[in-house]
Amino acid sequence: MTGYEYYKPKTIEEAIKLMGSLEGARYIAGGTDVMVLLRQKKIAPRCMISLRNIADLTRIDIKDGLRVGSAVTHSAIEENEHIKKRYSALNDATTHLGSRQIRNVATIGGNICNAAPSADTACPLLVLDARAIIAGPKGAREVDLDDFFLGPGSTALEKDEIVKEFVMPPFDENTGSAYIKHTRRQAMDLPILGVAARITISVKDESEVRCRDMFCTIDSISNILSRLKEEGLKCEDARIAMGVVAPRPIRAKKAEAALKGKIVSPELFEEIGNIAAGEAQPRDSIRGEAWYRSEMIRVLTKRALIKAIDRVIRPDEAIYPERLW
Amino acid sequence: MKKELTFTLNGEAITAEVDPKWTLLYLLREVLDLTGTKEGCGYGECGACTVIIDGRAVNSCLFPVMEAEGRSITTIEGIGLKDGSMHPLQTAFIDEGAVQCGFCTPGMIMSAKALLDANDKPTEEEIKDAIEGNLCRCTGYVKILDAIKSAAGGR
Repeated sequence: MTGYEYYKPKTIEEAIKLMGSLEGARYIAGGTDVMVLLRQKKIAPRCMISLRNIADLTRIDIKDGLRVGSAVTHSAIEENEHIKKRYSALNDATTHLGSRQIRNVATIGGNICNAAPSADTACPLLVLDARAIIAGPKGAREVDLDDFFLGPGSTALEKDEIVKEFVMPPFDENTGSAYIKHTRRQAMDLPILGVAARITISVKDESEVRCRDMFCTIDSISNILSRLKEEGLKCEDARIAMGVVAPRPIRAKKAEAALKGKIVSPELFEEIGNIAAGEAQPRDSIRGEAWYRSEMIRVLTKRALIKAIDRVIRPDEAIYPERLW
Repeated sequence: MKKELTFTLNGEAITAEVDPKWTLLYLLREVLDLTGTKEGCGYGECGACTVIIDGRAVNSCLFPVMEAEGRSITTIEGIGLKDGSMHPLQTAFIDEGAVQCGFCTPGMIMSAKALLDANDKPTEEEIKDAIEGNLCRCTGYVKILDAIKSAAGGR
C-alpha cells in the first residue's frame, strides 16, 4: 500500500480548504468503505482528510424537524428516541445496516455520498423529504435528496464539496414511516430490495381507529385493510421510495399520487404495489433476479405502508408488542 | 513519514510512533505485539479484530491509526481483572465450551464486553445483535450465546 498523509481538520472550512490545496486528497468519515477500497487497491489517495473530528458534522438537532449531521454514526441515529418515534424509517434502516461494529463508526453522510443503489439510509431519507445541505468552496447550497443521486456512486456533489447535514421537516402524530430491508440473512447483508414508505392518515369522524387490536394479531394484511376501509381510513399524503431497483434509489411517484387522498383498501394497496413495481427497473444480480425483485416490490410496498400505518395507530409499542411485518 | 500518537491503551497512557497509512490493527499486532486481536478478513466482515474504542466495539482493521489519538482503546489483553484472574466473560467462554479453534473468540468477547458494559441484563436478541458482526465458523453460536448469557447472569 502506498502511503498517505492524514489530516484531521476541526472545521468544515478547514476541510474544504485542505481539499482545495492538496493533491490527490480524499475525504474519509467512518472509513468503512474507504478503508476497504484502499485495501483492495482500488484507490490510492496521497492525502486523507478526516471528517470525524468536525463538531458541526456530528450533531443531531430535533428542533423544528430534524437535522442530522453527515458524520453522525448509524449507532447514534439508532439510539435517538425522537428519530425512532417520528422518523421511524430512518431508525429501521440504521438498525439493520452492517454490524454493530460497522454502525459504531459508519456515518449517514458516507452511506449517502457513496450513492450505492442499495444504500440503506437513502430510501428513508427520500420518503422523509430530506434535503442535503452542502458546503463547498463557493459557499453553501441545498439539494433535495431526490436530486442528489445521479447514478451508482455518482452524486450532485461538486469538487471539494461536503454534505454538512440532512434536514427533514417536522411530522405530526398522524404520520408514520417505515423501511423494509429485504435480505437473505438479518446481519451483515446488503438488501436484495429496500422499500420505504411514509403515510399521513386521517379517520372519518373518529378520533381513534377501532380495529387497532388487529395489528397485534396474525391477521392478514388484506383483512386489516378491509377493516381500515370500513372505518374510512384515508391517506392524506404518502411517499414511497425503492432501493436496488434502478441505478439509484428512486421515488415511486406514480404510486404516491395514486394513493394520495384515497380511502385505504385491499384493492387500492394491490394497485399501489403494481404501480410501484412498474416504476422500477430492477435487473438480475448476485443477490436476486429481476423478476423476483419486481414481485417483491408489490409485496414490500404494501407491507411498508401498513407498517407505517401501524406506527400511527399504535405509537406505543410498549403496550402492544411489535408485529413482525 | 512517522507521526507520534498519544492515547490510552488498556488503561495506560501510551505514545507510539506510527505511519499514517497503518490501521489500528497493524499498530496493535505488528508494533505493540498485542496479538490477541486477530486479523480475519481485513474488510470489516468477520469481527475477529474487534476492540473497544471509547466504550464501543469497533473493527480495528478498518480504523485508521491516526484516529486513535486521544481515545481510550481496550483490547482482549486489557480486560482481565486487577488480581490477574480472567474476566467473567473469558471464564464463561471456557466453562460453556464456547471456544473451538479460538480465532473468533477475542473479537467475540470484546463485542460481548461492549454490550455488557452498556447493558448488564441483555435479552437474547440484544446479545445476537451485539455479536452479529462476529463470524464463528466452528461452533454454530449456541454455546457462545450461552456463555454470554451466563456471564451476564453471573454479574
